[in-house]
Amino acid sequence: MGEFKKLYTIIVSTFLLQAVTAQVTIKGVVKDNKNNPVAGASIAIKDSYDGATSDSLGRYSFKTFEKGTQLLVVSNIGFKSFEQQVKLESGVLTIDVVLKQEVTELTAVVLSAGTFEASDRKRAAAVLDPIDIVTTASANGDITQALKTLPGAQQVGESEGLYVRGGTAAETKTFIDGTLVNNFFFSSVPNIAQFGRFSPFIFKGTVFSTGGYSALYGQALSSALILESIDLPEQSSANLGISVLSLSAGYQHLSKNNKSSFGGSYSYTDLSLAFAVIKQRQDYSRVPAYHNADANFRIKTSKTGMLKYYGYFSSNKLAFTTNSIDSLGYMDKFAISNTNHYHNLSWKENLPKRWKLQAGISYTNNKDNINSGMLDANKNEVILGNLEGKTFGIILKGNYFNAKTVIEKKLKGLSAVRFGSEYNYTHDESEYTAYNGQKYPGTIKEHIKSAFAEADVYVANDLAVKGGLRLEHSSSLEKTNLAPRFSIAYKIGKGSQASIAYGIFYQNPERRYLPSPNELTYMKATHYILQYQKVLNQQSFRAEVFYKKYDNLVKTAIVGFTEAAVGNNGFGDAKGFEFFWRDKKTIKNFDYWISYSYLDTKRDFLNFPFAITPNFAAKHTASLVTKKFVQNLKMNFNASYNYSSGRPYYNIGFDGTNYKFNDRGTIPDYHNVSFAINYLPTIGKKDAKSFAVYVLQVSNIFNIKQTYGYTYSYNGQRKEAIVPTSRMFVFIGAFISFGVDRSEEVINNGL
Amino acid sequence: MKKGLFVLLALVITTATIAQSEKYIKAMEALVPAVDTTRNPEGLTELANSFERIANAEKTQWLPYYYAALCYINKANMLYATQQLDQIDPLMDKAEPLLMKAEELEKNNSEVHCLKKMFNTGKMMADPMNRYMTYGQPAAEALETAKSLNPENPRVYLLEGIDKYYTPEQWGGSKTEGKKLFEAAMKKYEAFKPASSIHPSWGIGQVKYFLTLE
Repeated sequence: MGEFKKLYTIIVSTFLLQAVTAQVTIKGVVKDNKNNPVAGASIAIKDSYDGATSDSLGRYSFKTFEKGTQLLVVSNIGFKSFEQQVKLESGVLTIDVVLKQEVTELTAVVLSAGTFEASDRKRAAAVLDPIDIVTTASANGDITQALKTLPGAQQVGESEGLYVRGGTAAETKTFIDGTLVNNFFFSSVPNIAQFGRFSPFIFKGTVFSTGGYSALYGQALSSALILESIDLPEQSSANLGISVLSLSAGYQHLSKNNKSSFGGSYSYTDLSLAFAVIKQRQDYSRVPAYHNADANFRIKTSKTGMLKYYGYFSSNKLAFTTNSIDSLGYMDKFAISNTNHYHNLSWKENLPKRWKLQAGISYTNNKDNINSGMLDANKNEVILGNLEGKTFGIILKGNYFNAKTVIEKKLKGLSAVRFGSEYNYTHDESEYTAYNGQKYPGTIKEHIKSAFAEADVYVANDLAVKGGLRLEHSSSLEKTNLAPRFSIAYKIGKGSQASIAYGIFYQNPERRYLPSPNELTYMKATHYILQYQKVLNQQSFRAEVFYKKYDNLVKTAIVGFTEAAVGNNGFGDAKGFEFFWRDKKTIKNFDYWISYSYLDTKRDFLNFPFAITPNFAAKHTASLVTKKFVQNLKMNFNASYNYSSGRPYYNIGFDGTNYKFNDRGTIPDYHNVSFAINYLPTIGKKDAKSFAVYVLQVSNIFNIKQTYGYTYSYNGQRKEAIVPTSRMFVFIGAFISFGVDRSEEVINNGL
Repeated sequence: MKKGLFVLLALVITTATIAQSEKYIKAMEALVPAVDTTRNPEGLTELANSFERIANAEKTQWLPYYYAALCYINKANMLYATQQLDQIDPLMDKAEPLLMKAEELEKNNSEVHCLKKMFNTGKMMADPMNRYMTYGQPAAEALETAKSLNPENPRVYLLEGIDKYYTPEQWGGSKTEGKKLFEAAMKKYEAFKPASSIHPSWGIGQVKYFLTLE
């Protein structure tokens, strides 16, 4: 045994001795590819303890007892790891390292030209948070109202929709989970803007593109509003809401294994109470009342897969009279009843080898029943000579089906290739009943088939290029179009980047001007956008310059009784610049943003006699949105100010052969100050079983007169201002959600 | 002779293992006290790198992973104090896999759950308005688990105390209740014996600091 002990000692000491004698010093400098020193990088001999951290000048030095061929690994946050084989013998080894920046969502340049994003993903383009949509004072909890505080959108108050950069509301299309939404707003009522149908709380991500958007979206000349619905809820919960406008109740159930959920809600909105207190311009014989119900389920189909369904049903009615501008002592009557249901089923799944599939289908069924007429002083229906046209009925039935598939292959880093197809089917039936009982039925069917492909290429952390193509075929136009899209983003410095976007966008003529006696083609817009953006800790600044050219806009003429498309010889352009500044940093617990848009646009379309600035385009638009949270009061104070310079107005008449101006001018500037207080008494309370929000909201708090335009009598001799239905509006409500505490479930299951 | 060789081989291997484990403990012992005293971001990066090298070399020891993650989280908390909120996420992205590795190797340890609590709270603080729902709940759950796994762990009370102390009163916080928790933590620290020289024992300095505050 003694022999062995000796041998053993010799072996061990030789080993140690060798180790001591083989000590090597490794030193060098770590730099990035712009030759700047990288501090805090980890330098290590793989699978050993030996290594060092680079200092502020990027220098490092350490001693190691390892020998032979080893792997030197250099890594740092935000950089790709560097590996090099080193031969360790003795003495000093100098190894200088250049680290390449890693392309990650957090650091990479973002293709952001024309795009405002409000999402939970932490990206440079996300200058808004999802919660901003519901805490903007002037928004009244409506998505598009909140987006109107961003540059690019107009403050149009007489009708719903987003008027973007000189475009009409019809030039903005909305998509939920990838597929087109056909009736995003409640059915139009003359001179009264309608709200969006969907609650902002069902969406977790909002992308508002004011131009230059991806080839995945089409049939919108100006803008795309892309909404992403929420995934599984955090927990099961029930909620109740009561306000001066509505009653609502809902329930969401999350399965015990957290893999699926279902839920639904119902709300009844009745404006009787509000209209009793706040005098309306109209005299309502049927105060607007809405039944809205929705249902959803969400199933996690795998670790990364999600199947989602959202269904919506609404039924609503309203009827009112206003003093007739055409004949003193008489009244104009308008009544509409609407039923709408909407179903959206979407599926996303990550496939092996960095493939990803997104598919969705949606179906809408919409029915409007509109009645228009005149009443005498005793509220009896009358038909007056020369004003027969004011008495009519319209029944509109729409069936819309949309399907879309996007397949994505992720390449190196953030680079990706996407392709897919989209199918939009519309079937519109209308029946117009004239004053004499004569019926004019009509049916329009349309199939639009599209295919698209695009590639995002991150050349480096600071340079990204996106190129795409979209091919569309319309069955009604019997024509095909090919639209290229292109954008580049370049990172200038920390948090700052410049980007450009270019694209061609096609859209079918609006259905309301169809059928046409002549052959029509696609309307076309070409976008050029240049953007500078700087996003630093809690502050963001963005400036954009754009030029948009319109071709083949639809021109209309009176065909029979109605205004119908007769050709595509309309045209126009829009140019301008916009600023956005948001600051959450300078004042603690105070958050504000300012946006400003300058717009110079002219177009000749529809019944315009020649190219003019359209009545929905103001030269200057600005918004200031402020949010202040006062902790000891548990109150959120939100205020906003919206401004727009006077828009032009026109009264265009038809003299039998030509359109001409009977009157024109400029409406007064628009000012609106809104204020909201949210009181959250249960916030931060541990073990709270319920979460309550009390809301007080006042729109147009200073009771400023707002004019949206003018309506004219049939003979053009009298005009009347189009104003909001009431000047000031007050909203009071309470919203409570009861979290179904899952810990109890866990305990019950255990017993 | 054959047998002899076998014994020799066995001896060499055993000694090497012991030497290896001695080397591990020595290396860790040199670093662990610094966790409690390093109060600058650069120092924490260096410390995290050192722990990570040991973690990567050992692969089966949870403590180096635990400490490496702790250093990154401590660094994130320092950046929070100076409101450099946009720097928090990259650090947390670095800490997360280390924390997961530690938990994988040492499942039911109160210390790992304390770290998990710190991770979730750190993520939340980068954007409290939007992340309250996502990270608030897991943070509270992790602290509860840490407490149930070892009610004698002083760091449970330290973390609970910090929460209470800094949460505004209207939100259920309380400086006096926070103080009470720090006092409780102090008692636990006095009684606490770490499982070894390299097991977590940090935090008493912070408790003392909070107890001197008015």
